[in-house]
Amino acid sequence: MSDVILEMRNITKVFPGVKALDNVSFSVREGEIHALVGENGAGKSTLMQVLSGVHPYGSYEGTIYFKGKECQFRNITQSEDVGLVIIHQELALVPFLSIVENLFLGNEQGKNGIIDWNKAVSMSEGLLEKVGLEEAPATLVKDLGVGKQQLVEIAKALAKEVQLLILDEPTASLNDSDSEKLLDLLRQFRENGISSILISHKLSEVLKVADSITILRDGATIETLDCRKDEITEDRIIRGMVGRDLTHRFPERDVKIGKTIFEVKDWNVYHPLQEDRKVSDDINLYVREGEVVGVAGLMGAGRTELAMSIFGRSYGKDISGKAFKYGEEIDVSTIQKAIAHGIAYATEDRKAYGLVLIHPIKDNISIANLASVSNYGVIEDPKEFSMVREFRDMLDIRCSSVLQLALNLSGGNQQKVVLSKWLFANQDILFLDEPTRGIDVGAKYEIYTIINQLASEGKGIVLLSSELPELLGICDRIYVMSKGKIVAEMKASDATQEKVMKHIMNNTR
Amino acid sequence: MKTLLTFLRKNVRDYGILIALIVIIVFFQNTTNGILLRPINITNLVLQNSYIVIMACGMLLVIVAGGIDLSVGSVAAFIGAVAAVFMVRYNMHWFLTIVLSLILGGLIGAFQGYWISYAKIPAFIVTLAGMLIFRGLTLVMLQGEAVGPFAVPFQRLSSGFIPDFFNYDGFHVTTVLIGVIFSVLIVVIDLINRSKQKKYGFEVLPFYLMVVKNLLIVGAVLGLCWLMASYKGLPTVMIILFVLIILYTFVTSQTVIGRRIYAMGGNVKAAMLSGVNTERLYFLTFVNMGVLAALAGLIVAARLNVATPKAGDGFELDVIAAVFIGGASATGGIGKIIGAVVGAFMIGVMNNGMSIMGIGIDWQQAIKGIVLLLAVLFDVYSKKKIQ
Repeated sequence: MSDVILEMRNITKVFPGVKALDNVSFSVREGEIHALVGENGAGKSTLMQVLSGVHPYGSYEGTIYFKGKECQFRNITQSEDVGLVIIHQELALVPFLSIVENLFLGNEQGKNGIIDWNKAVSMSEGLLEKVGLEEAPATLVKDLGVGKQQLVEIAKALAKEVQLLILDEPTASLNDSDSEKLLDLLRQFRENGISSILISHKLSEVLKVADSITILRDGATIETLDCRKDEITEDRIIRGMVGRDLTHRFPERDVKIGKTIFEVKDWNVYHPLQEDRKVSDDINLYVREGEVVGVAGLMGAGRTELAMSIFGRSYGKDISGKAFKYGEEIDVSTIQKAIAHGIAYATEDRKAYGLVLIHPIKDNISIANLASVSNYGVIEDPKEFSMVREFRDMLDIRCSSVLQLALNLSGGNQQKVVLSKWLFANQDILFLDEPTRGIDVGAKYEIYTIINQLASEGKGIVLLSSELPELLGICDRIYVMSKGKIVAEMKASDATQEKVMKHIMNNTR
Repeated sequence: MKTLLTFLRKNVRDYGILIALIVIIVFFQNTTNGILLRPINITNLVLQNSYIVIMACGMLLVIVAGGIDLSVGSVAAFIGAVAAVFMVRYNMHWFLTIVLSLILGGLIGAFQGYWISYAKIPAFIVTLAGMLIFRGLTLVMLQGEAVGPFAVPFQRLSSGFIPDFFNYDGFHVTTVLIGVIFSVLIVVIDLINRSKQKKYGFEVLPFYLMVVKNLLIVGAVLGLCWLMASYKGLPTVMIILFVLIILYTFVTSQTVIGRRIYAMGGNVKAAMLSGVNTERLYFLTFVNMGVLAALAGLIVAARLNVATPKAGDGFELDVIAAVFIGGASATGGIGKIIGAVVGAFMIGVMNNGMSIMGIGIDWQQAIKGIVLLLAVLFDVYSKKKIQ
């Protein structure tokens, strides 16, 4: 039995009006990977913020022991000084600085405020080697992919002589192979005695690497599972997270497929900056009424680029190809025209592209179809309110009022607002790009139910997703994309994860 | 009582700035021994500071849309100069001059808006360039000298009063009548809105609070009109201001175009992907700003009865300060016309009050700067509290 490196005892944290953490106890043994799971809002992030000093000592109740000593962190610097480093979901790197500058930001190597760049560069080479990143230290961070940026973050933590590494959703924006690399790295750290806390919604990953799993629900510790002793399954974890058995992770749907509602033929798109790079290569794709069509592929396969180029050429250059609705060619050359033809694109990045966060729910829902609630350009408030409320009720957006600001909503509810916007606009061809990214199991189920509902109303739905189980669970037909090409098309009933991955892998070389 | 408190707390941002204005008015009313609110001084105050209110309406849209316009002072001066040259050197009719000047203002706005919106050069840089360009062109236009005076009808644009149809000795009855009509309109519109809101199940102000609110507004309107009636009546400029304020309040709060400007300023990418033609809309906010800067330039020239190379110097700062004091967000997406107008009157009252007190221009600047900082500080603080 190894020693306990971190122990948090009876932590209670109260925000005005909400008890975010209620008497939570949590301990991590030395040299283990400890997963922390729970639905959004269960208190995972708050617990980690208490641990790292974001919520300073005194603003919570309870005690924290790190390596046997009681800690009273007043800020992040103090927690980092003892070797406790947290890596957030949104990376904290400066894009226009080089790798080496980022690595030692706030931890500059030198004396009297003068940086010893030779020392820094030689140290950085060692660190990069440890995390397996083969890039020159002078490379600008903005030129790296998300996966590599994550490695830079981890190397940065190593530079601070980390003893307990906390990763908040590290693989949320990584593709499968990059995720795999990252998990390997965690295993390697475990060998070297560095413990990690892994917060993740991806239960399959959690099961792959974790030695113990602590489940939080509604601000309280439900249980800690020991993966070395017991046989743990995903269903077992989900039961703990939601407090009930989720027998079906995907809701059932009566499939009634009608005519082809939308089709693109010979669709070609070039990268906006690199002129000879094709991001969509001779794409032919169709969707029928009442059908949910999935588009599978790795990060960078060109799914988002394809959908956005169809949606009013909002991405890419030199776009060629034809779009058809019910067999008739339509003009989708601007976003306004695409919307007028009933096409919607619900973005993968709801904060940056989907919502006006500082505005109320109401304004976010109505923006794409103000015409329906206005007369000669004058908005009729009561009509707008009552229509927006209808959608709030229909999609069960949990909010105090439709005037609540979008930024105060949880991820799942924000996603529902984005969907509501396009339902409000009454679109019948919906491109949904990663609609369940970063939201918890319960909210995912609700989103799936909404998608089913839309399909049963006869809309055509194109679902872009990196999560294969999700595609297999709710789609009728699946396209597989790789490097801008559609490399396979199959019925969902014939598809398996292995089959899809094989098509992807055969075409990535 | 409890509802009153929660109401005030909820709306502290909306009313805070108004309360600050009242505090400042009371302060200067005291320190100037009552000169501030004398009818003749109110008239002066409005005439001297009308340009801030006019341009603040346009600047609010520009700032809400996510931009800034530093060129408005120079544009106002340039238009004043062009109008002066048209009328004095070429004997152009005053009305035609006004129309052409407003169109020219729109074209200048379009010129700058093109570079900002379509060529994607930051608004700060383009309008900084515009500030230099149009200041320079003002000098070229006037050949370094003051051009004036103007025909009387043109002067009336700024120094005129509305005519009195009743000829009651020493008292301007029409002014009071306008005040009464305006008051009735305010109350009726409020009542209609209230019943509409009730019908759709919205939370409305408790009845007694609504009565108090309307009494305060009507009292202020009638009081102002009574004061003005005892002097020469309502100045023409005040009518222009009222029309602009009502028009822009309506556009920003009730129209599709207004809503889209806010959405664009709040998140330009999200607005674009929701089908808003963001480039054109951004462009139009600058065209609108150009027209209003032109109007302000005409009014300033008319009041001074001369166009000078130094006219409009520093106007942009007063206008931008007014908008920020009024609670607009520097990053776009947030701000109200009524806030900007109250901000403009705060600057106006400070300009006027400090001048009466004999405070030099040096200290006036410093004090205005501190007030701007305090106002924004208050705004940041109250925003934090809401979250």
